[in-house]
Amino acid sequence: MAAEPLDLPQAEQGLVAAAFSNRSFVAGFAITAVVAAMALLSFLWTPFDVTRLVPADRMQGLSWTHPFGTDHFGRDILSMIMVGARNSIAVAVVAVCMGMGVGVPLGCWAAARGGLIDEALMRFNDLVFAFPALLTAVLITAIFGPGAINAIIAIGVFYIPVFARVARAGAMSLWPREFILAARAAGKNKTLITIEHILPNIASILLVQGTIQFALGILAEAGLSYVGLGAQPPMPSWGRMLFDAQTRMIVAPHLALFPGLAIVVTVLGLNLLGDGLRDVLDPKLRRQR
Amino acid sequence: MALLEIERLTLKIGGTPILKDVDLSIGAGETMGLVGESGSGKSMTALTVMRLLPHAAEASGRVTFDGIDILAAPEAAMCRLRGDDIGMVFQEPMTALNPVKTIGEQVAEGIRWHTGANRADAEASARRILDRVGLPEAQFPLSRYPHQLSGGQRQRVVIAIACALKPKLLIADEPTTALDVVLQAQILDLLRDLVAENRMGLLLISHDLAVVTDMANRVTIMRHGEVMEEGETAPTLAAQVHPYTRQLAEASMHVPARPHRAAAHASGPNLLEVDGVVRDYAGRQRSLFSRPDPFRAVDGVSFALKPGQSMALVGRSGCGKSTLARMILALDRPSAGEIRFLGEPLTGRSEAALKPARRNIQVVFQDPYGSFNPRHKVERLVAEPLHLLDEAPTPATRREMVAGALREVGLRPDDMQKYPHEFSGGQRQRISIARALITRPKLIVADEPVSALDVSIRAQVLDLFADLNQRLGVAYLFITHDLTVARAITDEVMVMHDGRIVEEGKTDAVLDDPRSDAAKALVAAAPDLKRAIRRRLAEQG
Amino acid sequence: MTAFLAKRIAVGLLTLIVASIVVFAVLEIVPGDPAQLMLGMNATDEALAALREQMGLNQPVVARYLGWAGGLLVGDFGRSFTYSSPVIELIAERAVVSLPLALMALILSTAIAIPVGLFAAARRGKAADTLAMGAAQFGVAVPNFWFALILIYVFAVWLRLVPAGGFSGWENGLISGLRALLLPAIALALPQAAILARVTRSALLEVLGEDYIRTARAKGMPRGAVLWRHALRNAMIPVLTILGLQFAFLLAGTIIIENVFYLPGLGRLVFQAITQRDLIVVEGVVMLLVASVVFVNIVVDICYALVDPRLRTR
Repeated sequence: MAAEPLDLPQAEQGLVAAAFSNRSFVAGFAITAVVAAMALLSFLWTPFDVTRLVPADRMQGLSWTHPFGTDHFGRDILSMIMVGARNSIAVAVVAVCMGMGVGVPLGCWAAARGGLIDEALMRFNDLVFAFPALLTAVLITAIFGPGAINAIIAIGVFYIPVFARVARAGAMSLWPREFILAARAAGKNKTLITIEHILPNIASILLVQGTIQFALGILAEAGLSYVGLGAQPPMPSWGRMLFDAQTRMIVAPHLALFPGLAIVVTVLGLNLLGDGLRDVLDPKLRRQR
Repeated sequence: MALLEIERLTLKIGGTPILKDVDLSIGAGETMGLVGESGSGKSMTALTVMRLLPHAAEASGRVTFDGIDILAAPEAAMCRLRGDDIGMVFQEPMTALNPVKTIGEQVAEGIRWHTGANRADAEASARRILDRVGLPEAQFPLSRYPHQLSGGQRQRVVIAIACALKPKLLIADEPTTALDVVLQAQILDLLRDLVAENRMGLLLISHDLAVVTDMANRVTIMRHGEVMEEGETAPTLAAQVHPYTRQLAEASMHVPARPHRAAAHASGPNLLEVDGVVRDYAGRQRSLFSRPDPFRAVDGVSFALKPGQSMALVGRSGCGKSTLARMILALDRPSAGEIRFLGEPLTGRSEAALKPARRNIQVVFQDPYGSFNPRHKVERLVAEPLHLLDEAPTPATRREMVAGALREVGLRPDDMQKYPHEFSGGQRQRISIARALITRPKLIVADEPVSALDVSIRAQVLDLFADLNQRLGVAYLFITHDLTVARAITDEVMVMHDGRIVEEGKTDAVLDDPRSDAAKALVAAAPDLKRAIRRRLAEQG
Repeated sequence: MTAFLAKRIAVGLLTLIVASIVVFAVLEIVPGDPAQLMLGMNATDEALAALREQMGLNQPVVARYLGWAGGLLVGDFGRSFTYSSPVIELIAERAVVSLPLALMALILSTAIAIPVGLFAAARRGKAADTLAMGAAQFGVAVPNFWFALILIYVFAVWLRLVPAGGFSGWENGLISGLRALLLPAIALALPQAAILARVTRSALLEVLGEDYIRTARAKGMPRGAVLWRHALRNAMIPVLTILGLQFAFLLAGTIIIENVFYLPGLGRLVFQAITQRDLIVVEGVVMLLVASVVFVNIVVDICYALVDPRLRTR
C-alpha cells in the first residue's frame, strides 16, 4: 500500500482520458453509476410501495410483476432493494466523510508537528484498531440503542484512524522532499504548506482509500443491519432483508439471493473503481499489474 | 577471438527504439569503458549482455560471449553464465542487497548455486572473497546484515558477489556514481586489482570521462543509443576526432568565464557570519534505560562570507555540510552557536521576523525532479518566494516578475504556463534558479546543484551561475563533493570533515596544495581528465 | 530486540488500560439503573437501595473503576445478574467456541491465500493470474454472512453433508466439534483469504521490482528460486500487517457468523447481554476481545522482528 503520491505520468487534463481507457475503472464506474442511479430513482419512483404490506402477495416467486419476487409481508423485493441502496450508500458516504473529515486533518497535523503529537496520534490509532468496528457498534448500540445513525457513527469512528494513518504516511513521505524545503525557505508556515503542497499531493491516495472504505462501509452496514444494529424496520435495508430471508430459506431461497447479489455487485463495482483509480493515479503501482 | 562480441545490436522496448546498430567487443583481461550521457543506452547494452532486460524488450543483432550466442541461448544456459562467467555490479549499493539476509548468505548463495558446494565450503569461499574486497572477518563477520554497513561497504559486498567465482567478464554499471570521491577512488582501485589478478574482462559503464580514462584500455562513446566513436582510450580522448567526443571532453573540463573575480571582494561588513555552530542529533538508543548518545553532525563551525563572494563547502558524504546549509537557511536550529545575516541573528526567531532575511537567502537543491510540486505550473512555482514580500504583488506584477526571472535564467516567459515535467533536467535546474532569484537575494545556498546533471548540461548551468554572480553580485555558498565544480565557480573553499572545518582558503591554493589530511584525500581521489590523459599517454610512450 | 519488544509490550499494556477506561466510561453513561433493571419496575425503594449498596453503586466512579479493573487483573469479571453466575464462567463457556472458530478461520485463510498469491505473482499476466485475481476480486465483495447462508443452503440443506448450525460441545469428540465449526470457519475465511491473496500478490510484485532481486538474478538464480529465496520473506512484511488486522476482523466476524449458525459463542452472549442490559457481561466480553487483539498485535510485531533484521536493532 506504500503509494508514492508524486510523479504524475501525464498532465492532469490527461487523467480523465486515461481513466476512461482503464477497463477496471470503466467497469467500476458503470456499476457504481447504476447503483447510485437506482438509489436516486427510489426517491421518485419504485415499482411498489415498500411500506405497504400485501399479505395476499406474500412469498411470491419471480414474475413479470415482481421480477425478484416478494417477501413474507408481500412487499416487492426489487423495490426494497432500490430503497435499501439508498440506506447503504447514505451510511457509507457519511461514514467516509466523517473518517476523512476528522482523520485527514489529524494525520496531516501529526505529520507536520511530529514528536509527541505524532506519537499520541499513533497510540490513539492503536487504541481504536484494538476495537474491531463491530465491537464499537455493539458498544454504541448498548448505549443509544440500534439505528441507522448509530451504525454511521460506529463505522465512521473506526474510519478516523484509517484515514489519519493514510494521510500521515503520505504527508510524512512528502515533508523531507526538496520542494517542501523550498517552500519553507520561502517562509511559508506548516499550515500553508500542508494546504498548498501536502494535500494536493496526497489527494489521489486519499481518493483511492476513500473508495475502498466506501466499499467496506457497505459491507459493514449490511453486517450491522443483519444482526439488528442498523436501520430499523420498516426502513428496508439489505442486511435486514437477508436476516428475514434466513429462516425462510428452505422454502424461498430467492429471498436471500437478491439482497446478497445487490451487496456483492455494489462492493465489486466500488472495488473495481478503486483499483482503476489507483492504476491511473499511481504510475508506480500500475507497472505491477 | 574476443571474449565478448556485440555486433549490430538493436533494441526496442515496447516499440520505442533504445539501441541502434551497437558494435562493441572486449578481449580477455581487457577493460572497456562505455561512456555516454543519460539516455544514451549504455545500461541497456549491459543488461542485454546479462539478458536481464525488461519484459517488453526485443533485441536483434548478435551478442557472442565466449562462443555462446547470448540472444539465442535458453534461459537455463543464461542462468549458468550469470554469476559464474559474467558478474555484474550495479549503481545503487544501498538497495542492491537483500535487507533480510546476511552478507554471508548472499555471497555464499551464488557459490553454492553454481558449484554445488556444501554450506561450510561455500561460507569459507565467501569469507575469502569478502576478505579480498576489504571486509575483514574481525569487523565484518558473515552474520552482518546490509543495514549494518555503509554505502561503500555494501558496494564491496556487491563486488564480492560478482567476483566470487572469478568470472571471465565483469560488468560494472556506474559502480561509483552513488559514492563520494574518496570511496570512488577506493572502489575503482579494488576493481582494477581484481581485474588484473583474475585476468577478467571489464565493461565499465560511466558518465565520467576521467574515471574511464583512469581505468580503461579502450573506450566506446554512445549517444542516443548509437556508438559515436570507439578506440584506445588516451589517443581517442586526446585527439577528439569525433565532434561529440570533443563536446563531452570540453564540457567535463569547462570553467565558466568570470572576469571580475576579485572585484566582488569588497571589504566591508560581512554578509553572513557563522559563529561556533554546533548541531547534535539524538543518537540510537542502545538499551531501554540508558540515554541515547547524541550524534554531533556539525561541530563548532565558524566562518564569514562577504557580499558577492562565491564560497565552496566541500567534503565527503555525511561530513555535515548539508546540515550546516539547512541551519544557514533557517530550516533547522543549531544546538549551540549563532548565525547572523547582515548582523541580525537568525537563530531562535519567529517566521515573521525571519522574512527579511529569507528574502535575501534563497536555495537551489540537487534534485531537479524533486524540487518542484508536480501539480503546480511554473508560474506558481517560481512565484513561491514572493510570499516573503511585505505586500503581495498584483497578479500582473507577479507575472511580470516571474517572466523577468525566467528570462534571467535563459528560459522564455511563456514557459510559465507549463508543468515542471514538461522540462528536461537542465531546464528544471534553471527554473529552480529562477525561483531562487525572484526576490533578488544577496545569497544563494546551492546544495550539489549540478551533480545530478549530465556533463554538457552541467557546463551550461555552471555558466549561468557564474553569469548571475558577475551581473547581479549574488554571493554563493556552493555545497559540493566535486572539486572540479568548486574550482570552476568559487573563489574560496572550506573543507569539512566529521562536522568540522579542517581547512579553508583561496580555492586554487587549497586544491593545488592541500594541507589537511581530509583535503589531501579529497584532492588525491578526485578524477581529473587532463591528468588522466597525460598519464595514459606517458604510460603508452 | 529486547528494547523493541519491551516498547511494544508497554504500548500494548497502555492500550489495554485506556481501553478499560473507555469501556467502563461508555457503559457508565448508559441510561438506566442496573439495580432497577435487576429488580424490575415494582421493586421497593429499600430493596433498590440495599442492592445498590451491595453492588457498590454508591461508591465514587474512580473507586468503582479501580474495583472493576482490579478484578479483571485477577480474573474476576464480576457477576451477571441475568445468569446469576460469574461472568468469567460465562465467557469461558463461550470462548471455547469463538476462539477456535476465529483461529480455524485464520489458519484456513492463510493456508489458501498465500499459495494463491504466490502462484498468481509467479504467473503474472497469464490466464491463471487473471482467473485467481478475478476470483479474489469477487471474494472481497462477498459479505461473509451471505456466503454463510449460501454454504448452509448448499451443504446442509441440499447435500446434507454437515449440520446447518448449532454446536453440541467439545465433549462429544473433537471431530464432531470441528464438523460443526467447519462451515462457519469457511464462511469467515474465504472472503478474508481473497483480501490476503491480493495483498500477497501485490507485495510480491512490488518486491520483485527491487534492485536486490536483480542482484540475485545476476548471480545466476532462475526466476522461481529468486521468488522463493529472496522475494517471499520480504513480501511477508505487509502480509503480516494485514494478518494482524484480519484477526480483529475475524473475531468481530464470529459475532455475526455465530448468529447465522446458532453457535453458542461470545457473539450470542454479548447480544443477549445487550438486550437484557446485563452490562457487566458486555464489559467483560469487550475487554476480552480487545485484549486478544492487543496480544495478536504483539505477536505480529515479534514476527516483524523475526522477518526483518532492521527492526531487531531498534
